[in-house]
Amino acid sequence: MDVNLITIFILAIFVGNEVINKVPPTLHTPLMSGSNAISGIAIVGALLAISTDGQISTYLGLAALICATINVVGGFLVTDRMLKMFKKK
Amino acid sequence: MNLFYLISAVCFILGLKRLSHPKTARSGNFLAALGMLIAIAATLASSDVLDLQLIAIGIGTGAVIGLLFATRVQMTEMPQMVAIFNGLGGSASALVASSEFFKIDDLSFIICLSVFIGTLTFSGSFIAFGKLQGIVSGRAVTFKGQQALNALIFAAIVVLISVNNLEVISAYNIFYLVVLLAFLLGIGLTIPIGGADMPVVISLLNSYSGIAAAATGFLIDNQALIISGSLVGASGLILTNIMCKGMNRSLANVIFGAVGAETSGGSSDGKEMNIKSYSTTEAAMILDAAEKVIIVPGYGLAVAQAQHVAREVADNLEAKGKKVLYAIHPVAGRMPGHMNVLLAEANVSYDLLKDLDEINPEFEDCDVALILGANDVVNPAARHDQSSPIYGMPILDVDKSRTVIINKRSMNPGFAGVQNELFGYDNSIMVFGDAKDMLNDLLKEIKEL
Repeated sequence: MDVNLITIFILAIFVGNEVINKVPPTLHTPLMSGSNAISGIAIVGALLAISTDGQISTYLGLAALICATINVVGGFLVTDRMLKMFKKK
Repeated sequence: MNLFYLISAVCFILGLKRLSHPKTARSGNFLAALGMLIAIAATLASSDVLDLQLIAIGIGTGAVIGLLFATRVQMTEMPQMVAIFNGLGGSASALVASSEFFKIDDLSFIICLSVFIGTLTFSGSFIAFGKLQGIVSGRAVTFKGQQALNALIFAAIVVLISVNNLEVISAYNIFYLVVLLAFLLGIGLTIPIGGADMPVVISLLNSYSGIAAAATGFLIDNQALIISGSLVGASGLILTNIMCKGMNRSLANVIFGAVGAETSGGSSDGKEMNIKSYSTTEAAMILDAAEKVIIVPGYGLAVAQAQHVAREVADNLEAKGKKVLYAIHPVAGRMPGHMNVLLAEANVSYDLLKDLDEINPEFEDCDVALILGANDVVNPAARHDQSSPIYGMPILDVDKSRTVIINKRSMNPGFAGVQNELFGYDNSIMVFGDAKDMLNDLLKEIKEL
């Protein structure tokens, strides 16, 4: 494992901690579905995996791509649907 | 290429930052989506061996399914949907790691780790989904030796991962065994957890799905996955922690404690309670005389889909010059923020939704606290009864209001298996019935007064 990657990993956890601690309880559900969509970033890995030589690898990549796309598309859309409803009168 | 991943990571962070206020939250979500688009576009543009046809099939299929989920799901079903998405996120990471294994034909520690976390997230999330949907028993399912079995499975996985370069067992067999055992462990860890502890489990699985993505990032040397994965991992852990505090329990106690099992007999022996059952007409008169009303929603409100009529009742009270607020306990519902989303759906202004610390001082001069389908989170025993399983849990101090009106379907004890002493208090009255029906009747009565 590359030390640079570990550095990025640790620093990102600190950033995440700072940013997410400021999210009010009112928005915890959208936070969850939104961060869920972000974890669909595995889509990048799926795109790279799909173009490998082996057949098994390609199909596993395709399966990953479908799962990750559901996560990304569904996650961002449903979060938007929820956030649209939060209004102040 | 890395520059684009950096830009998308910045979008994610700024997007999450904008979630700190309902006013900016929607633009934050948009920004995060933009970040994702940049990451996808950069990946597609950077590689020249991409199989575009397969990619179109994959993205097309996923997008249609995602779109259907997102537009069809009801707000009351949000916990189930998030559970499914957690599971899909975990499985995507595990599948990418598996693909890498079959490509390089060599089983590294990090492949095992990604597959392990991803598969565990997948099976755990689908059990959580089953429980929320009522397919799997919502109660804690326990059997003798359950924890020993989980520990054994975990130990087996650790051994398998660490011996992965021995020649006694082929890499392929180790790989399949890790997948199988991780799958079983996900089930084993989720099945003993009861319905009301779901907010903790969903938060934890959310965190796992992020960690799985980060692990896969290490495997394929990709910063975008590492940064996003750790952001999500941190977010899930923070929520897990908040939920545990909301129940005054440790994470270990939630995971291994199996509270809410079938066997937990009610500890409500001894004291006889004097329950006063009132009609909606009487409840309407009490509300009509009140100046300040605090509505306390719980999971029962979600089950009855009564959020809209609750808001109508509140509107009518406000029209009569009364002040109406909403008290939201951190673990009300089946996931963090569940009640807030339901009430936002019913058009309740978000500044009226108050969390525990904000609302508790408000009960002192409150005329009526209207409890709708909440139980354990308003049980005063949590403050003083050291023998109660919920002792020490922070609760909403509804009993300090002049009158407490409690709507329940029946006298069944709450999730923790304890009878709520609040029901017998002098200032408490019960109005039995389904929340939606009761509120509809109440609405009619209030309008007629």
